[in-house]
Amino acid sequence: MSTQAPVLMIIAPLIASIFITLIGWFRPKFSHPIAVISLLISSIASIQVFQMVLSNGPQQYFLGNWPAPFGIEYVIDHLNSLLLVTISVVATLVALYAKRSVEKELPDKLANYYTLFVLLVTGLLGISITGDAFNLYVLLEIAALTSYALIAFAKGRSLMATFNYVMMGSIGACFYLLGVGYLFIKTGTLNMTNLSQILVSLHMSQAVLVGFVLIILGMWVKMAFFPVHGWLSNAYTYAPTASTCLIAPLMTKVSVYVMIRVMTSVFSTEYVFNHLSWHLVVVAMASVAILVGSMMALSQRDLKKCMTYLVVAEIGYMVGGAWLGNPAGMTGATYHIIADAAMTACLFMAVGCIIYKHGHTSLDTMKGIFRKMPLTMLGFVVGMLSMIGVPPTCGFFSKWYLISGAIEAGQWHFMLALLFSSLVNAIIFFRIIEIGFFGSLGSETPDPHEHQDVAVKEAPLSMVLPMLVVAGALIGIGIYTSDIISLVIQPLISATF
Amino acid sequence: MLQELIASYNYIIVVVIMMIGLWAMLAKQNLIKKCIGMAIFQTGIILFYISMGAKKGSTLPILEHAHDGAHHAVVAAHYANPLTQILMLTAIVVGVATLGVALTLAQKVYQQNRSYHEDKILEKLSK
Repeated sequence: MSTQAPVLMIIAPLIASIFITLIGWFRPKFSHPIAVISLLISSIASIQVFQMVLSNGPQQYFLGNWPAPFGIEYVIDHLNSLLLVTISVVATLVALYAKRSVEKELPDKLANYYTLFVLLVTGLLGISITGDAFNLYVLLEIAALTSYALIAFAKGRSLMATFNYVMMGSIGACFYLLGVGYLFIKTGTLNMTNLSQILVSLHMSQAVLVGFVLIILGMWVKMAFFPVHGWLSNAYTYAPTASTCLIAPLMTKVSVYVMIRVMTSVFSTEYVFNHLSWHLVVVAMASVAILVGSMMALSQRDLKKCMTYLVVAEIGYMVGGAWLGNPAGMTGATYHIIADAAMTACLFMAVGCIIYKHGHTSLDTMKGIFRKMPLTMLGFVVGMLSMIGVPPTCGFFSKWYLISGAIEAGQWHFMLALLFSSLVNAIIFFRIIEIGFFGSLGSETPDPHEHQDVAVKEAPLSMVLPMLVVAGALIGIGIYTSDIISLVIQPLISATF
Repeated sequence: MLQELIASYNYIIVVVIMMIGLWAMLAKQNLIKKCIGMAIFQTGIILFYISMGAKKGSTLPILEHAHDGAHHAVVAAHYANPLTQILMLTAIVVGVATLGVALTLAQKVYQQNRSYHEDKILEKLSK
């Protein structure tokens, strides 16, 4: 069974999507359990694969038993094994979390919603696991198409936001496909391992350079890197709660993974950092992305929208770290993919709990929120502390590696941008503390017996519990940082640099 | 230089088609025209792949029924590359699905705002 684990991880949600449509047509309430079970199978398989990678090194899986350059192969190495675990576990927790939220927001579309939900997870896992450049494009589009639909479920303003997302998303995917075409002309193969072997002798080729640039540009559009980040904020803000919780942490991170995969596995760090001389320009762009994302976040009066701009800033962290061109920066970037997926999941789940009870997340109406929803705000505080980078949480360690990488490369502006971003996150955090903790509840004069008037109106346990699990994971990942670095990221770095 | 351009005229046409599509996607105000631009862009990429695999005077890449196929050593140069066409079958399916989603969204936006014009919709939404 364990030899089939890599494909089981993808197949389980894929088959579940068919069953959810068929069974959900007659019995909509069965669609949620089927989705959760399939994602649980996926999680177990991904953890099994992760253990296999830790004990035996990188794994290959040939689909249909066709050997590598001819058939499609799945490659699980140190770069994506932990990402696969993160995706499947976060997706499972979000699926548990989604139950009440979807029942409230989209009561008559349960079957459709969960079908798309598991298909999106299929796409994300597939992108991360595949070793074939064209297969990656197909799965990229599966993930993108389902995420368009998941966002557009919330009518109203989300429709126009989704339309812009469709346009930008297909430009990104088309650029990727075009870049793969350039590489295919020069090499005649689509297998990533095979590509990297052939590309070594083609470093001087202009066509290969154009292919590389097109692929990277396409992924930047997909991950909402600074100049092309415009679609992200509205699409994520107006989406249904559960969709944002699934898409915001995972979709952009997977695009960052693809970028790092292309930089390190298809091409080599030698090509990207030594042969091409513009990697520091990208770091400067990343600094601007962090600054712009943070400033935009600071200027928002709506908590959910504010969080979406923080995602834009976080993308700057990872792109900048990956392009710094030294092991510390790459360590920080790969570690931050995992850390940021957990962080954004935690924050958006907390925001979703507030939306469940309040209906909206305008900062002005959040007075006394800490007393009304203590558990939700506990999760929110942990997530926000991690965003700021307070030591026991994982946000601190990723920032630590990114900053040490920036110092090593002499990129002081990137270091300053990271510190500025921490500062802005702290300001946003204390603003919410001020409103939510000290803000009076309606009455102008603070009343010493006020707290007795406030009943605790917490979101349902099925929403709060997954969020607290993710919040605990933030601290857990932080505590086990040294293990993650030495067991997972160090082998990867030593193989690429 | 000119010789090279004429020899690879197919790629120039493809690039022109793709740029027309990209321009429509980015600069047009009408949502339907954006969708059309997307279709043109995707078609350009499909033609790019197809033309890179095409070959003058080549035959089907089926060994048994090829011209005297069973008696000669297989010469790869005689066959058209089938891989690009297979890839593009998948890409066409993906393109149709994306176009379907985009048109559905455009229709929903129209039902809501009674306009396909981007500026008018944004004006209406910001009220």
